[in-house]
Amino acid sequence: MDNLNLSKFCIRLGDHCLIMAHRQSELCSNGPFLEEDIAQINLGLDLLGQAEALLIYAAKLEGGTRTADDLAFRRPERQFHNFMLTEQPNTDFAFVIVRQYIMSLYLLKTYQALSKVEDDTLSGIALKALKELTYHERHFAMWLKRLGDGTEESHERTQTAINELWMFVGELYEEDEIDFMAQKASYAPTGIEMKTFLMEHITAKFSEATLETPHSIYMTTGSKKGIHTEYLGYLLTEMQYLQRAYPDAKW
Amino acid sequence: MGAEELNVLFQERIDANDKIEPRDNMPEEYRKHLIRQMSQHAHSEVIGMQPEGNWITRAPSLRAKKILLAKVQDEAGHGLYLYSATETLGITRDELIEKLHQGKAKYASIFNYPALTWADMGAIGWLVDGAAITNQVSLQKTSYGPYARAMVKICKEESFHQRQGYEIIASMAAGTDEQKEMAQDALNRFWWPSLMMFGPHDSDSPRSGNAMKWKIKRESNDVLRKRFIDKTVSQVELIGLTVPDKDLKWNEKEQSYDFGAIDWDEFWAVIKGGGPCNIKRLKHHKKAHTDGEWVRKAAAAYAQKQAKN
Repeated sequence: MDNLNLSKFCIRLGDHCLIMAHRQSELCSNGPFLEEDIAQINLGLDLLGQAEALLIYAAKLEGGTRTADDLAFRRPERQFHNFMLTEQPNTDFAFVIVRQYIMSLYLLKTYQALSKVEDDTLSGIALKALKELTYHERHFAMWLKRLGDGTEESHERTQTAINELWMFVGELYEEDEIDFMAQKASYAPTGIEMKTFLMEHITAKFSEATLETPHSIYMTTGSKKGIHTEYLGYLLTEMQYLQRAYPDAKW
Repeated sequence: MGAEELNVLFQERIDANDKIEPRDNMPEEYRKHLIRQMSQHAHSEVIGMQPEGNWITRAPSLRAKKILLAKVQDEAGHGLYLYSATETLGITRDELIEKLHQGKAKYASIFNYPALTWADMGAIGWLVDGAAITNQVSLQKTSYGPYARAMVKICKEESFHQRQGYEIIASMAAGTDEQKEMAQDALNRFWWPSLMMFGPHDSDSPRSGNAMKWKIKRESNDVLRKRFIDKTVSQVELIGLTVPDKDLKWNEKEQSYDFGAIDWDEFWAVIKGGGPCNIKRLKHHKKAHTDGEWVRKAAAAYAQKQAKN
């Protein structure tokens, strides 16, 4: 994989982490109780650290004309490649748990592959992230069971979150040229491997939590081409505000 | 042994600098004073997450965002730690939160001021945490064991927070004209409320008498305030900003700064609910608590089901 394509690959992964970190940080001071407040922002901090490491590396691979901060704060919406699932809002705690549980599985599988590559920077990032994702997955899976098999209300809210978010899951195993290049270099699992991994885990966990896995829902697509839901524009407006308003300032 | 004798013994232990532990005998007033002070401290940590949390999503660099997120997480951790320490006095966290929501328990008034620009993240870390540390370093020697130990742990993290805040302000003060202006403006807005954080002058501090006698409080409001000013003025000068006090003057004889009059009307007005953010902060906390109720119920129901199986 040449540097430019590897850079694009890192930006995609970095974008998933960055946008999720933003959503997680929005939960600050909004948790259902203090311990969970701390947990959610802590998980956000892990994702932010992964995003930073990936974007620093992507910027270097690009040739150094842009910094990681340029990538995060100066790119317009259409140049972001995070999955639409990652930008979905924290409608309620169930939406957070479902979104993050599914994305934790995706990241686990992704980092597993990356942890074995010869590129020391990437394998280093992946090995550290794997440790973090292992407890992310555990934390969100635990909540999935509590909410799914808790009260009638929590069950209903969680099933609603699943039903409304499910259309965004298809993107997680979609493939384009960059993915094919990454797969060829053993940097990423194939689409079918990812799909099998996700569906096996999700179906089993949902069923354990007395929740239903949706069927025959149309899967939307677009983030690989920079197409998003309307939520991303607002998120970036907020995130990029200072860098855009004071382009000459150093912080 | 009668209550009076117990109180004499208690005071002897205090005078001998013994630490009082949760199961030890203590006068009811001592317990009440600690619950009030420690829970106020815990609530302050938690309410303080709001003005700073307000800027995490707008932090201007990945590094700044990471540091601020970590900092706010620390504050939440302090809150948790202090709630637990307060619970050793025989009150539950639910009761403490209930009192906060009813307006019976207070939190640091400084958080009733809005965080308007990124420079405010600097001012809060530098001045607000700086004032808090000055107070907390002194509290490491407080007579109640769990509180003293909490302070030792918390002080270590707070000094990192203060450096983080100062770094933000210093880099803005050395930045563009607009950044400098934001830095000075943040200092102007947070300077006086930070001085108010130490509480009324010693002559007007109604609860200080007992607190000093019981060694809950080890140094007076005015002593701590002066220490903070003496320490901070040179930090202000170093980065080329100006303390917003025309009466500030070095006193050679006292080897300390003289400073202007604090607006105590504002202090009392904000304590009594008149600050720009009192209503917002409390509403936010109540809303998060109410919104989280179904989650807490779900967790409890699930745990109950698991216990049966």
